Amino acid sequence: MSIDVRTAAPGPRPNPERPAPGAPVKLPGTGGQQQTGWSIGDRIGLAAAWFCGISLCVAAVAIVGFMAWKGVQYLHLEMLTSSPEASLDQSTSGGFLDPLVGTLILTLIGVGIAIPVGVGIAVWLTEYGRPAGLARLVESGVEIVAGTPSIVLAIFGLLVFQQSFMGVFSFTAEGGAVFGRSFLTAGSMMALIALPLVIGATREALHSIPRHVREASYALGKDKASTIRRVLLPSARSGIATGATLGMGRICGDTAIVVVLLGASMQTTPEEGFGGLLRGTGSTLTSYVYNNSPSGEGNAPEKAYAAAFVLLMIVLLLNFAVGLIGKRNKPQWN
Amino acid sequence: MELKEEQTQNGSAPGAEVPPLRQIVVESETVPIRVGDYAGPPDPEYGREPWQLNAGLDSDPIWVEERMRTEALSIAYGGKVAVSAVDLEVNSGEVLALIGPSGCGKTTLLRSLNRLVELTPAARRTGRIILDNQDVDTFDVTRLRSRVGMLFQQPNPFPMSIFDNVAYGLRERGSKKPRRKQLEPIVVDALERAGLWDEVSSNLNHPALALSGGQQQRLCIARSLAVSPEVLLLDEPCSALDPISTGIIEETIVELRNEVAIVIVTHNLQQAARIADRVAFMYLGDMVEYGPAGQVFGAPREARTQEYVGGGFG
Amino acid sequence: MEAASLNNVEVQAPDLDIDRTDRRVELLLGALASTILLLIAGMILFVLIKALPSFTHNGLAWFGAGGSVDDQLMDIFNSPADPADYVYHLRAWPLLYATVLITGVAVVISVVFSVLSAIFIVEFAPDRLRRIIEPVVKLLAAVPSVIYGLIGILVVVPFVAHHLISEDRKESVAYVIQLDGTSILVGIFILTVMICPIMIAIIVDALRSVPDKWVEGAAALGVNRWRAMRTVSLRAIRPAIVAALVLATARALGEAIMLSMVAGSVGFAPNPMDGFTFFLEPARPLASTIVDNAEGLSVVPFGQTMYAFAAILLISSAFLSFAGWAARKSFSRYTLGAR
Ligand SMILES: Nc1ncnc2c1ncn2[C@@H]1O[C@H](COP(=O)(O)OP(=O)(O)OP(=O)(O)O)[C@@H](O)[C@H]1O
Ligand SMILES: [Mg+2]
Repeated sequence: MSIDVRTAAPGPRPNPERPAPGAPVKLPGTGGQQQTGWSIGDRIGLAAAWFCGISLCVAAVAIVGFMAWKGVQYLHLEMLTSSPEASLDQSTSGGFLDPLVGTLILTLIGVGIAIPVGVGIAVWLTEYGRPAGLARLVESGVEIVAGTPSIVLAIFGLLVFQQSFMGVFSFTAEGGAVFGRSFLTAGSMMALIALPLVIGATREALHSIPRHVREASYALGKDKASTIRRVLLPSARSGIATGATLGMGRICGDTAIVVVLLGASMQTTPEEGFGGLLRGTGSTLTSYVYNNSPSGEGNAPEKAYAAAFVLLMIVLLLNFAVGLIGKRNKPQWN
Repeated sequence: MELKEEQTQNGSAPGAEVPPLRQIVVESETVPIRVGDYAGPPDPEYGREPWQLNAGLDSDPIWVEERMRTEALSIAYGGKVAVSAVDLEVNSGEVLALIGPSGCGKTTLLRSLNRLVELTPAARRTGRIILDNQDVDTFDVTRLRSRVGMLFQQPNPFPMSIFDNVAYGLRERGSKKPRRKQLEPIVVDALERAGLWDEVSSNLNHPALALSGGQQQRLCIARSLAVSPEVLLLDEPCSALDPISTGIIEETIVELRNEVAIVIVTHNLQQAARIADRVAFMYLGDMVEYGPAGQVFGAPREARTQEYVGGGFG
Repeated sequence: MEAASLNNVEVQAPDLDIDRTDRRVELLLGALASTILLLIAGMILFVLIKALPSFTHNGLAWFGAGGSVDDQLMDIFNSPADPADYVYHLRAWPLLYATVLITGVAVVISVVFSVLSAIFIVEFAPDRLRRIIEPVVKLLAAVPSVIYGLIGILVVVPFVAHHLISEDRKESVAYVIQLDGTSILVGIFILTVMICPIMIAIIVDALRSVPDKWVEGAAALGVNRWRAMRTVSLRAIRPAIVAALVLATARALGEAIMLSMVAGSVGFAPNPMDGFTFFLEPARPLASTIVDNAEGLSVVPFGQTMYAFAAILLISSAFLSFAGWAARKSFSRYTLGAR
């Protein structure tokens, strides 16, 4: 074996104290050489990850499959078109048209309030944000609302809307006591649930608009207000839509506010006078499921499963919408 | 290991200008052989002088031994062949520069040498890669990667402190975690070799991402060196850096050559000429030319090489 | 010289009209934000004020144990009409204990499970499986809690009642509590199932956003995939894990309906000394207590007691978001916003 080198014999390796390249690094004190490959701990971790992942898949398939099976089994079309009846027998207790409509009304009221308010706050936070102290306070306030349990929002809503000057929003009894429970009162609390989601998504959308877009608008002589209206808000449209859709999902799924603020009747019960429907009470799919479960009064599991399946379909649809909006949004600034 | 010196008048060629060569016979099982392929007699076919290796011209004699070799290495992404049937040798004691136009498969070839290309799901490889006479497929991929270090085009220090970055490879490769005290000398040594020690010695606990681009790249060199690789793969390490940082890194590379076999991908032909001992020119996935730097730049055998390097060397 | 010439440049007078509309918009939006801020502050204040009587009457003993909390609540509900005779006596320990126990155990299990599952999905799952499981997890994260409650009460509770609760076990604790399947075990289980998808969805997104170059850098050093995941990716996304943790804990803390359905809805403090039976004993956290008793809110002292529960929840969740904020801040020291 030979090495050809032009000049004299090679000297010693440059730094004799350093291990030859490729030799395992000797760590003083450990006595051993540095291993590679998979240690026992790594193998355990890997096995745990596989175990959790597979359990997740099994659980997910079980839940979705179970609900789909129950839905197919118990859901009949006429349930979607008939009102709930007070009956202990599941075959005569009617359908859940009213809860379905109730869910719809509540969602519309909720996002109807949350979108303008949320977008306004998001625009103020990202485009103005002065004074900085106030902006930070608003931010933390929104964060607190996002973390507040909906049951707390619910009984706070009751506290507010039972004040006598809030009488217009719900039903007022003979003695002047304000009932405080109606689609309007529940809907405005629902708006609080959706608000942080709308604000978050809108802010993110506004942040992702490159500066040159704003500057181009200013260069055309537009002021800030019309830049916001003409340029920024249209660009942030899909962000707003994402936030609103996420908010709708939360509103559809909330039970605590409905139970506390929408009254106990399963049927929609409008009040008299202007906007009676909105000032009246009713139910939603969530409260219908709750009431028909063994925990509620109805104890009609078949109806509960069927309604839960419809609810699941609504959530699935909203999820799908979020994905679609997100996908369409992506290539915008590339 | 025993060295025998033999004064040889290398070959019988009529080369009076041929510098006298001394053949060193190494009698050892473990040290692979390497015959300085073009430092030999003038090639009758081309009738040119043998091109000397840069190495050793003005520095101490160094070891030149083969570390890695590819045999008919091909890599395809899906149906697209990025590297086709490449034979390449990587020697320790040398800097090998991979040059070629964009998209010719340099990065792909480099990433296959430490099997990092396997992280790309679409990539398929055929052919053999040999490290110290052993097929790399026969041993654990983590072992391979700890022997063949890599530096990326964009500096990629981890979001940790400077010290933790350099110590990372040592800490995360075994079951028992060495203590900081034990790691310190190795980390300091690695930082010194990467030429970064003077700049960071006082703030080893600072976030690595707060360093400048050039410092980050040298930190990445130190991170690779800390695990004592035999081969270091550098993928356009200076493309994101300013001339001064580039100069520092080039110096570092030239110094490291004594200890580690270095393969560097570069678009900068001047840079390749400055630091490389051997050059491989690739074109559309083919290895067009492979030889000592002086030869490839000064007297390329292939027309395509001539065309490519011609611009840079008038 | 430069400065002087700069000073002499005539600044064009701004268009006052434009300036005024701009100012109006800013004021309008600012007023909107302030209104919401006031509303939030008002909520906190209102709830705290309403809660005060219950706390002042009981002092620190409010948080302690003593007697049956359900009986005490009944007494408060049946208070005489005269404000002077309102009953406030309450020892809320069983409810607090149930809240902390159920939330804590579920969150701890969920964090571990979610992190491991997210790693599996991002790094180890086969491509086909990954494409299916990811949207399903997103769907499960959005499933209303009442559906989980329904599955719990109709499937899991009967299973526990039939297979885990023997007659002997029932008798062993019959003198204090009745075992019917609704239990903290089912509560914790369903709560875990409910919050895991939420955390997994967040952690998967965060893992996806870890730059490839970090993972490749670790791999190029000869570190195996698991280690690279654990020491680089997981480390880098610690702020996101904290965010997921905070969100999931807030959900668990505030979960009312589902837990009232499956956890027994009894103001009972399960006894860890009972061995495995401990897990089969029922309990009722604060949020469920409020929703179960929503009808009684108009009874003044009872309502005030409920607002006291709400105040505890409100303060805990505010504290939670603050702790999360602090943790995120300390974790991003080395990241420098580099993602
Ligand atoms: N992940 C991948 N998937 C599919 N094709 C790829 C992938 N990476 C590289 N390629 C293709 O392989 C070929 C070689 O790419 P490679 O990155 O190795 O080129 P390169 O010589 O490093 O170019 P450059 O000098 O621009 O860095 C290119 O044609 C490229 O399109
Ligand atoms: Mg490249």
